[in-house]
Parts: sequence; structure tokens; C-alpha cells
Amino acid sequence: MSPRNKIGDVLLAVDGVSISFGGVRALDKVSFDVRAHEILAIIGPNGAGKSSMLNCINGFYHPQEGSITFKGQRRRQMQTHEAALQGIARTFQNIALFKGMSTLDNIMTGRNLKMKRNFLWQALYFGPALREELEHRAVVENVIDFLEIESIRKTPVGRLPYGLQKRVELGRALAAEPDLLLLDEPMAGMNYEEKEDMVRFILDVNDEFGTTIVLIEHDMSVVMDISDRVVVLDYGRKIAEGTPDQVRVNQDVIDAYLGVGH
Amino acid sequence: MDLWNVLFVAPFADMIGSPRFLLEVIIGGLLTGVMYSLVALGFVLIFKASGVFNFAQGAMVLFAALTLVGLLEHGVQVLFALAATGIIMVLLAIAIERLILSPLVNQEGIILFMATIGLDFVLRGAGQIAWGSNVKPLDVGIPDKPFEVAGILLNSFDLFAAAIAAVLVTVLAVFFQKTGVGRALRAVADDHQAALSVGIPLRTIWAIVWSVAGIVGLVAGIMWGAKSGVQFSLSLIALKALPVLILGGFTSVPGAIIGGLIIGVGEKIAEIYWAPPFGGAIENWFAYMLALVFLLFRPQGLFGERIIERV
Amino acid sequence: MLYREAGQFKTSYAADQAMFPIIQDRAFIAMVLIIAYGVVPFWANEYWLQAVIIPFLIFALAAVGLNLLTGYAGQLSLGTGAFMAVGAYATYKITTIYPDINILVVFLMSGLIAAGVGMVFGVPSLRIKGFYLAVATLAAQFFIQWLFNKVGWFFNYNPSGTIIAPPRTVFGVMVAGPEATAQVRYFVALVFLTVGTVIAKNLVRGRVGRAWMAIRDRDIAAEIIGIQPLQTKLLAFGISSFYCGVAGALSVFLWLGSAETEAFDINVSFQVLFMIIIGGLGSILGSILGAAFITLVPIFLTNAPALLNIPFPTDLSKHIEEIIFGGLIILFLIAEPNGMARLWQIGKEKLRRWPFPY
Repeated sequence: MSPRNKIGDVLLAVDGVSISFGGVRALDKVSFDVRAHEILAIIGPNGAGKSSMLNCINGFYHPQEGSITFKGQRRRQMQTHEAALQGIARTFQNIALFKGMSTLDNIMTGRNLKMKRNFLWQALYFGPALREELEHRAVVENVIDFLEIESIRKTPVGRLPYGLQKRVELGRALAAEPDLLLLDEPMAGMNYEEKEDMVRFILDVNDEFGTTIVLIEHDMSVVMDISDRVVVLDYGRKIAEGTPDQVRVNQDVIDAYLGVGH
Repeated sequence: MDLWNVLFVAPFADMIGSPRFLLEVIIGGLLTGVMYSLVALGFVLIFKASGVFNFAQGAMVLFAALTLVGLLEHGVQVLFALAATGIIMVLLAIAIERLILSPLVNQEGIILFMATIGLDFVLRGAGQIAWGSNVKPLDVGIPDKPFEVAGILLNSFDLFAAAIAAVLVTVLAVFFQKTGVGRALRAVADDHQAALSVGIPLRTIWAIVWSVAGIVGLVAGIMWGAKSGVQFSLSLIALKALPVLILGGFTSVPGAIIGGLIIGVGEKIAEIYWAPPFGGAIENWFAYMLALVFLLFRPQGLFGERIIERV
Repeated sequence: MLYREAGQFKTSYAADQAMFPIIQDRAFIAMVLIIAYGVVPFWANEYWLQAVIIPFLIFALAAVGLNLLTGYAGQLSLGTGAFMAVGAYATYKITTIYPDINILVVFLMSGLIAAGVGMVFGVPSLRIKGFYLAVATLAAQFFIQWLFNKVGWFFNYNPSGTIIAPPRTVFGVMVAGPEATAQVRYFVALVFLTVGTVIAKNLVRGRVGRAWMAIRDRDIAAEIIGIQPLQTKLLAFGISSFYCGVAGALSVFLWLGSAETEAFDINVSFQVLFMIIIGGLGSILGSILGAAFITLVPIFLTNAPALLNIPFPTDLSKHIEEIIFGGLIILFLIAEPNGMARLWQIGKEKLRRWPFPY
């Protein structure tokens, strides 16, 4: 492991969060903490409620019980846009890029919240509006450099291969300069080289920018390699939490993965 | 004129003052609603099976009615003319599938929608070139006599229309839910590619659906034609069917029926009790406003399923 | 060899973000502008200006507006005619009440009123999507048409129910009304289209445009990166309706001279929608190309039989026109669903490689 930022205080506290959809309990009183600068993996079998957990954290779902505290602010109901304002960004399990736009424009949307000029200035594309546009372009170019996607800058993302699309999506999230980055299966469907690249980017983000990362991943070797701590969900409940080594030998986790009856 | 009075007092006073008249208005509205439902059904069928919002449904109604009237005018027997028109509608459906739908497979909904607007132009033009554009009476022998039940004025024609609609809906419901073709239709509606991959013949299915919609259009054309004559404006009743669709949901057969009834009644009541102080003729927009307000509270329509959004 | 970007290095992001980064494009646009401002008004006769070119400019403005809403923000609208009507009637009311206000300013004020109305009818877009929304915008279409038809105040209780463009001058030049020359009206319409196009182009390549496209492409993902759907969609409705409103005002004051609500019926809504689909959704250039196509085809169809010396009874030729027009649209959609803008792009691509296509 590379030298790491020192793990800090609790950045995000999930406390007794429950949500159900039409009788199906997707999350059942789940609690865990995420500390600043750490990489936390959420694992669990399909349908364990991992994506629902991320959806609650960034305000897309509203938990029916429990609360989520981010940067010391406790909340039950929060709009996605407030979550984004507070510095939460994410990527999606099934890529959710804006297909009709170029790589550059997609990543630029990540800066939208930080752009302040109103549409009247934009209509002129002149003076402060142009200056603002160029400032943000420079930030986005840094992201593009960092992810090594200079050559596809102007390509519509719909034409890119899957692995690159995932990378652009990460770029869009990074452009927002988030404090907390949620990654939903960032390596799903990738080949070995692509996975290696992605792991490198994730570690670099964590290392260079000190970004806290919560990720969902099925590839256990990746999870065990890069995460500081692991939370295991099964049928919407948290069944284990700890360092990769602790989780690896936990009997409940082994049962859940091997399918011992509930 | 006191706006408050006109909007909130006088209409209700009128209703309470003459409940029998109100009942007649409601029944009249229900029966008009049935006619709307007939047109809306054609839309629902096609949308359900191909995800195409077929703007040309109104033109199909007009085309079918014009063809039928044209054949009758040339001295063809009623039953034979009906059969011939049915066959023409099926041929039309096959042609539409060949010439428009298959080249546009996998295009976005809006592109297909635009194509059906093009089709709407073509059908309207073609129907009127072939059969002329004068108003023509259509008489297929449905009795049209007013009679009274318990002091309320009814019309045998309207009851007949209601019966036809009921039969049609039952047949369609059985067709969709119980037959293999119906199952294939529902599969196609869900996902074109997935349906193709399990070996459902997409093109045949589309041809079938458009044929059925054509036949439904024929029925609607007969009913409307017999009621108000066959002419160009018949294609405009499609515009009346659209609010029915938003109310009932684009994919629900019962929704089309109930939606049609609600719109029919709402429109009639508004027209009689509220419209006169405003110069009347509100029927063009009232149904849309009604549907719009309704949608604000229930965006998925009456019978649409609640959508759980996932990411 | 003629059209190359190779060798044109950009040394700043500003140069890279320019509207036309390639010098050949700039030259082409300059040429178009020179022809539009310097050649057309003096070369074209009264008939061409009045019957073809002025309506083309006005509809192009409306099409640019609708394309912002439908092509960029992804909100399908069938209410264009109504929003144009709002602009037209608002101009009529304002200029008859305050005849002293510069008519060009009145056009813009009417655009603002249309924007307000558009935003009101855009509110449902938060909860309704796709075709449901399209049908909902028909509510605007029919309601507004009815309102302007029934409520006498809007047409100053004129017994014929029409609004008539009164004569108006700008800096001593007659701009609107029966005495305004076709040239002047052409210039005014052209200026509006030029400015409108530049502004639209600026909007779509900045933050606002990206927010619109994000909502169009993936509304949920857009929401999660912090784009507020209602605000974004309402802005699209407002700006789009502003364009349509101004276009509606221009169509009465610079083109038709007088109008009833029928001039803004649902067919107008469809016509403008055709323009942006044939031209290319999500393309400003496409809106203008599409407007040219849709305004020219019917004129061609009406005149073609006469040119070929084929006698047609007029009502028959109207139906044949319908068939050909409908057929053309279908053919076009099949041949190039992404519209004329895409063809244009492919053409440029080919030109870039010419004469060595591999």
C-alpha cells in the first residue's frame, strides 16, 4: 500500500437507516461510520441493499427511519442537489453519462454547481461569463490529464468503449472536487488491465486529494487490496464491519456468500 | 357579472334545481365518453405493443370511414363493404409496417412519433383523393331513436355504441391476457431487443397490432360517421382522444375506457353549466386542462403503475 | 485540401471554445452573413421576400427557440403555436395602448410575456415526461387559442376578431404596417434571427446548455450531480417561449399584417416541430436548415404543377401536397433520423478527408 493520508475524524455517520419498497425491506437499521480520507468498501451479495445505501447517502432515496450525518450536519430528508452542494459526488452501477455530449462537456457538468454566472451573462458568452467558463475548463483539463483521457476530449461519450465511459464518469464526479466520493461498482465488467487502471486512479484520488471514498465492489481481491475498512450487507442488514482481514474470516460473511440458509 | 357567482354558485344551483336534467347531461356525457374511448383504444393498442405514439390514429379512423362510405356509395352490400374495409385496413397495417416501422426499428420514440405525423398527412390526403372530401352520411343500419326510461331521455344509437365498446374491450382484454399473441405483444412492448432475442417475430407482431388498431379505427369510424357524418373533421377526434390517454395511461385498456367516460362527463358538464358566460366552445381545451390538473397529482395516470426510479 | 483543421493550433482554451474554431468555418459564416445582409435584400424581389424569405426567417427564429426546449432540454412541446400567439397578441395590445414605445422594444417585451406564459405551462414538466408532457402542452395550445378567440379585450373588440398591425416607425423608417417595404421588414427579421441565433449558440455551449442536455440525456444522474430539474426545465421553457413569442410577434407585424388565432393553430406547432426534427434535434444550425426546408417544400409543391404544365384542380393538388409532404417527412426520417445538421456534419467530415478518403 502506498503512503496514505492520515485517517481523520468521522465524516459521514449512517445511523439506523431503514427503507423499504412495497414491503421489501431494502435496508434494515444499517449503521456505520465513514472517516475522513479512508476508503470504505461496502460488499454483499446481489440485492443486499448496497446501491440503496448509496442512494440514501446522496439524497436520492429518503430513508424512512434513521438519520445520516455528514460533516456534522444531521438529516433525514435531503435533496440530491443539497448533497451535491455539500460535497458528495458519485458514479453509477450502470453508467449514467450524458450520451449526447462530448467527454469534455460531460466532465464540465460536474462543475455546474460551482459556476455562478446567470443565464443572461451566459447568453453573451463574454466578460465574466467567458472568464468563468475558462477557469472551469482549466480545472476540467486537470481532471482529464489525471485520468489520461486527453485523446477522447471531444468524442461523444456514446461512442466510447465501456471502460473509457466508466473513466469519464469518474472524471465527472471528480470535477465536482467532492469530499466524499461514492463509487458504485467502478470495476464491473472490466478486463484486468482496465481494473488495474481504475484501482490506480482510485488510490491516487484518495492519496493526492485526500478524498474519502465509499465504494461498492464485487471483486474481492480488489476490495481486500485497497480498502481500509469493509462493511458487509446481506438482505438489507449489516452483518459485519472491520478491516479486510477481520471480515475475511468472519463466519457470518462466509455464510452469506456461500448461501447458508437464513 | 360576478365571477365568483358564475364560477361557484350559479352552476351548482342549476344542477340542484333540476336533477333530472343533470342526470341527462351525465348520461349524455358518458355516452360521448364511450365514443372517445373507442378512438383512444386504437392509440393504446399501438403504444402498448410497439411503444409508438401513433398520431395517425385519427387519420386511420377517417380513412376507414371514408373507404366504407365510398364502397357503400358504389352499391356494395353492407356486410361485404365492412369485410372489404377490414381487409383494406389490414393491408394498410402491413404496408405501414413494411414502409415505415421496420426501417425505423430502434429509433427513439420521438422519431417514430414524427413518422406517424407524416403518415397522418399521407392518409388524410390519400383518403380524400380516393373518396372525395364532401361530408357524407353513413348509414349502416344502427337504429337511432330517442326513447324514455324513467323520465330520462335516451337514444338507442348511443346505447348501441356503448354495447359495441364493451364487446370490443372484452375481446381485447382476452386477446391481450389469454392468448400467445397477446403475451408476445406485451413482451414486445417491454423491450424490442429482448423480445427479438427469444424469437418473437417483431414484424409480424407489429403488423398484427396495427391491423387490430386499424379495425378498432374502423369501428370508431363507423360510430362517429353514423353520428356526425364522414368528413375531414373526423380525423380531428384524435385530438379529443389524447386527454383520455393521459388520464387513463398510455398502456391501459381499461384506462382508455374510464378515462373516456370521465372526459366525456366532465366536458359535457363544463360545457353546459360553466361555459355559456364565457362564450362557450370550451370543449377544445377543457379536457386537456382536466387531464393536466389530474396528472399533477397522479403523474402515472389512472391505471399506470407507480414508477420506482433506480440508478 | 480546402477544409482542414490540421495546422490550426489553439494556444488557449478561449480559442478552443470559440463558436467556430476553424478558420474555414469562420470564412463560410462571414460569407453567409454578407449574402444575407448585402445581397439578398437587393436581389430578391418583393414576392420572394414577402412569400418565402421573411416567413423563413421568422419560423427559423421559432425553430431555434423550440430546439432549445425540445432538442437540448429534451422537453417535447406541441404548444409552439400558442406561445407565438401570446407574443403576437401581447405586441398588439402593448403597441395599441402605448403607441409611443419603440416597436422593437415591444417585440422584446412580448417575448418576456410569452416566456412567463411558457413557464407556467412548463411547471407540469417536473412531474410529467415524454409524450405525456407533449399532450399536456396541447392544453396550452388549445386554451390560449380559445382565450384569444373569445375574450374581446385581446383583439380590442374588433368585430372581425382579427388583430391588425398598425403602422409603426423606428427612427423614421416604417417597420410595421401596410406601408413598410419588404426590404425593411426583411432586415428587421434578419437582425432578430442573427442575434437570436448567436445568443442560442452561446447558451448551449455554456453551463445552461450543459444542464439542459444533462437533463435530457439522464435526468436522474443530472439531479444527482446537483442540477435542479425544475429550475433548469423552467428556464428552458421560458427562453424557448421567449423566442417563440418574438417570432409570433414578428409574424404578424412583419409578415402577415393581420391575423386571427387560426394563424397560430396546432398546425403551426407541428410545422415548427417538423423543422427541428428534419433539421436536427439539438442543433442550432439544424433549426435554420429545417426551417428553410419546411417553408420551401410547400411553395415548391404548389408551383411545381404550373411549372410542369400539369393542370390540377386546386383541391386535388392540396391533397397531393399533403401526401407528398407527409411522405417526404417519413422518407427523411428513414434516411437520416438525425436530421439535416447530421448530413451537414457528414459532408464536412468528407470534405476534411478529401481528396484522400482513407
